[in-house]
Amino acid sequence: IHFILLFSRQGKLRLQKWYTTLPDKEKKKIIREIIQIVLSRHQKTSSFVDWKDLKLVYKRYASLYFCCAIEDQDNELLMLEVVHRYVELLDRYFGNVCELDIIFNFEKAYFILDEFIIGGEVQETSKKSAVKAIEESDMLQETVEEYMNKPAF
Amino acid sequence: MPAPIRLRELIRTIRTARTQAEEREMIQKECAAIRSSFREEDNTYRCRNVAKLLYMHMLGYPAHFGQLECLKLIASQKFTDKRIGYLGAMLLLDERQDVHLLMTNCIKNDLNHSTQYVQGLALCTLGCMGSSEMCRDLAGEVEKLLKTSNSYLRKKAALCAVHVIRKVPELMEMFLPATKNLLNEKNHGVLHTSVVLLTEMCERSPDMLAHFRKVRKLSSSQLVPQLVRILKNLIMSGYSPEHDVSGISDPFLQVRILRLLRILGRNDDDSSEAMNDILAQVATNTETSKNVGNAILYETVLTIMDIKSESGLRVLAINILGRFLLNNDKNIRYVALTSLLKTVQTDHNAVQRHRSTIVDCLKDLDVSIKRRAMELSFALVNGNNVRGMMKELLYFLDSCEPEFKADCASGIFLAAEKYAPSKRWHIDTIMRVLTTAGSYVRDDAVPNLIQLITNSVEMHAYTVQRLYKAILGDYSQQPLVQVASWCIGEYGDLLVSGQCEEEEPIQVTEDEVLDILESVLISNMSASVTRGYALTAIMKLSTRFTCTVNRIKKVVSIYGSSIDVELQQRAVEYNALFKKYDHMRPALLERMPVMEKVTTNGPTEIVQTNGETEPAVLETKPPPSGLQPTSQANDLLDLLGGSDITPVIPTAPTSKPASAGGELLDLLGDLNLTGSPVSAPAPQIAQPPFLLDGLQSQPLFNDIATGIPSITAYNKNGLKIDFTFERSNTNPSITVITIQASNSTELDMTDFVFQAAVPKTFQLQLLSPSSSVIPAFNSGTITQVIKVLNPQKQQLRMRIKLTYNHKGSAMQDLAEVNNFPPQSWQ
Repeated sequence: IHFILLFSRQGKLRLQKWYTTLPDKEKKKIIREIIQIVLSRHQKTSSFVDWKDLKLVYKRYASLYFCCAIEDQDNELLMLEVVHRYVELLDRYFGNVCELDIIFNFEKAYFILDEFIIGGEVQETSKKSAVKAIEESDMLQETVEEYMNKPAF
Repeated sequence: MPAPIRLRELIRTIRTARTQAEEREMIQKECAAIRSSFREEDNTYRCRNVAKLLYMHMLGYPAHFGQLECLKLIASQKFTDKRIGYLGAMLLLDERQDVHLLMTNCIKNDLNHSTQYVQGLALCTLGCMGSSEMCRDLAGEVEKLLKTSNSYLRKKAALCAVHVIRKVPELMEMFLPATKNLLNEKNHGVLHTSVVLLTEMCERSPDMLAHFRKVRKLSSSQLVPQLVRILKNLIMSGYSPEHDVSGISDPFLQVRILRLLRILGRNDDDSSEAMNDILAQVATNTETSKNVGNAILYETVLTIMDIKSESGLRVLAINILGRFLLNNDKNIRYVALTSLLKTVQTDHNAVQRHRSTIVDCLKDLDVSIKRRAMELSFALVNGNNVRGMMKELLYFLDSCEPEFKADCASGIFLAAEKYAPSKRWHIDTIMRVLTTAGSYVRDDAVPNLIQLITNSVEMHAYTVQRLYKAILGDYSQQPLVQVASWCIGEYGDLLVSGQCEEEEPIQVTEDEVLDILESVLISNMSASVTRGYALTAIMKLSTRFTCTVNRIKKVVSIYGSSIDVELQQRAVEYNALFKKYDHMRPALLERMPVMEKVTTNGPTEIVQTNGETEPAVLETKPPPSGLQPTSQANDLLDLLGGSDITPVIPTAPTSKPASAGGELLDLLGDLNLTGSPVSAPAPQIAQPPFLLDGLQSQPLFNDIATGIPSITAYNKNGLKIDFTFERSNTNPSITVITIQASNSTELDMTDFVFQAAVPKTFQLQLLSPSSSVIPAFNSGTITQVIKVLNPQKQQLRMRIKLTYNHKGSAMQDLAEVNNFPPQSWQ
């Protein structure tokens, strides 16, 4: 995976994870371009788009688009499963996750993603293990209250 | 100073902003507060501030002043700090930043931390964005962690190793020993990441690949069987809630294993054989009702096609793809088409069976699916199915998006060329393409088509009739108009004579034909090139049409003053052809001979090195039949000294007069010559050809005026040249000069060449000399005829250049002739 983007239907970025090194300006340009491409796709078309030398795999969950860019030899159908698994992890952690959860707890969305994917590759295929790791990390936080609806920050 | 506001508060506040400006204002205010807080080295709230900064960064605002703060957070002992610090590092501190390397020490320490979650953070950060230097420094630590028994860390270390290898491939060797036991794990996370690591190694290094393939002492540690075993267990074992996805056990791991098997089995018979069974098993047993099952099947198919599998397995794979094509899910159809495209070369017949489904996909809504279906369709066209396929493809061409049309048109031309069942079909198909997608056709198609048409001799009447009808309605599509113009020019006589075998002949008059060509000329839609075609076509019709020659002359002369330089040049030359060289016109404008095909793509035709086909011809004016050095050419282009010269077609029309002029200028100062329309065999003459060519000697005008005194134009070194004059009664602007060269020395002058140049307002034509040797002792002369056109009745002046060999040395002389008698030009 080269990068993962989450954005709303209005085109607002909610999460960006880059597994390759690019200058900031370039990243912004790519984000704009891809948001435009994905948002203009017809509903009946496939979830895959050829973009430069990569393949974009995107899926909409409620009001959020999840978009990944993978290489030519990666399996697109499996990537749909990867995206789905991430959503499931978010759901398990937040309990019926919605876009607002991700907006207000973006750093946690990142933490969860980092327990699932490192360096662009899946590290843990068990839902249980991934969520358990995050919950235990949370316990290590010096102030526990933030995870009980009272943010520590 | 009050405590900085909390992260969620900030987020809430910013979201209330109604305009971009309002948001910017809030952010600037907060940034200022954060900056001053950073300056105060506040430890308590640093975490909170950086978190807020990261949020603002995501909204698109600059956050680089937080970089150092991230470092401080990473160095802190608090887990909360570290967590945010590392997140900030991953977002703000990529390897392009100067302070990136400062992280190395912190990461190193954290890799050895007592808490596994801290170690995890460090591994994650390193594995996501560590630079090459960092990777080099820390590879040892990663390798150590790869051997730990803690599966949480082991899996992260494996992916970290993958990143290290990607950044610094030389370090791959270092991880090899650790991989020995990786697959003995039970933990799926470790298994998965290990397979990824092994895949990365095998893909990057053929040595590694060989190493992992070979038989080792303990058969249980062979990689392929090991993988097969793991895969088998996954499929056969019962329900495992932890790894289950819609009834399939750990599809992520299954797919990765299949991919590694693919790499191991590629080009290797033994490995391939070892995996045949399991592949068949996966292919037949996997549940296909959900996407996840299809993902596994997809990977299986890719693997089967890539390794040296037995043919039964391959057929199975292609059938799976065929089933995919029928699936309602667009994603699956897309994936199927992509795979079929990859396999169509090797398993052509198997893919042919699914041809009709593929053709149906041409009608899909999805652009990517259409494109793949189109590419696949072209790959599947062969002699048997060409008629049916073409019908579908032409229909597709009609209705597809503009971005496809050029490729589709080219593809159709190619396929038609290779597999056309009959000439008429071929021409019909081309016509159809030109009329439906005429403006998208590539430029090189036009000359190819013209060549094709020329060579289908029996179809000329039919072709020109159809083309005429096509542009009658609409002449905006340039390639179509170009081809049509060319054909009408060539075969216009067939058009008006109403003879057509293939279909009902239409009644067309010469005037109607000229009407349409003139419309093309006038139209704003016509490109310059197209106009050129039209004008040339009109000119050619002057020999093929009988009643409308005057009209043609008129058209041609009008364009003599066209703004378009190309048109103007053509018109002027055609004009000249009418006026002075009318006798040559029929020969010049004769029907094109059948051309040798120069094919770049087709394997079928003879390729001649005589590449002087369409492009060259179209760009010169009336095509000199000098395509091949035939006798025709020699008739027209007899040259000075009668040397054996093959006419060379200048590929750039402007080169003729320009080069002649240029050379002229070199020799003769500012005198200039206008060119005659026949192409100049420029390079053949030893001296620069300021006279373009010697045309076949024409009989002098019958009505000549005599009584003009002759002059001696040159007399030096024993060489004497006399001029005698004749004027035509019918055309007083023409003066005919006959030169006679004599040699009073005791030795012959050989290789004698006489050249002349006149001022701009004159035109000169030099005919062939009688010989090139002037015998000594005045015993013989060389005669040569010069015709001078002097429309403005200006005083005749001439510069002459003489070259010859005498007494063993080459002689050359320039002279000016000013002593022309007034009667010769007044």
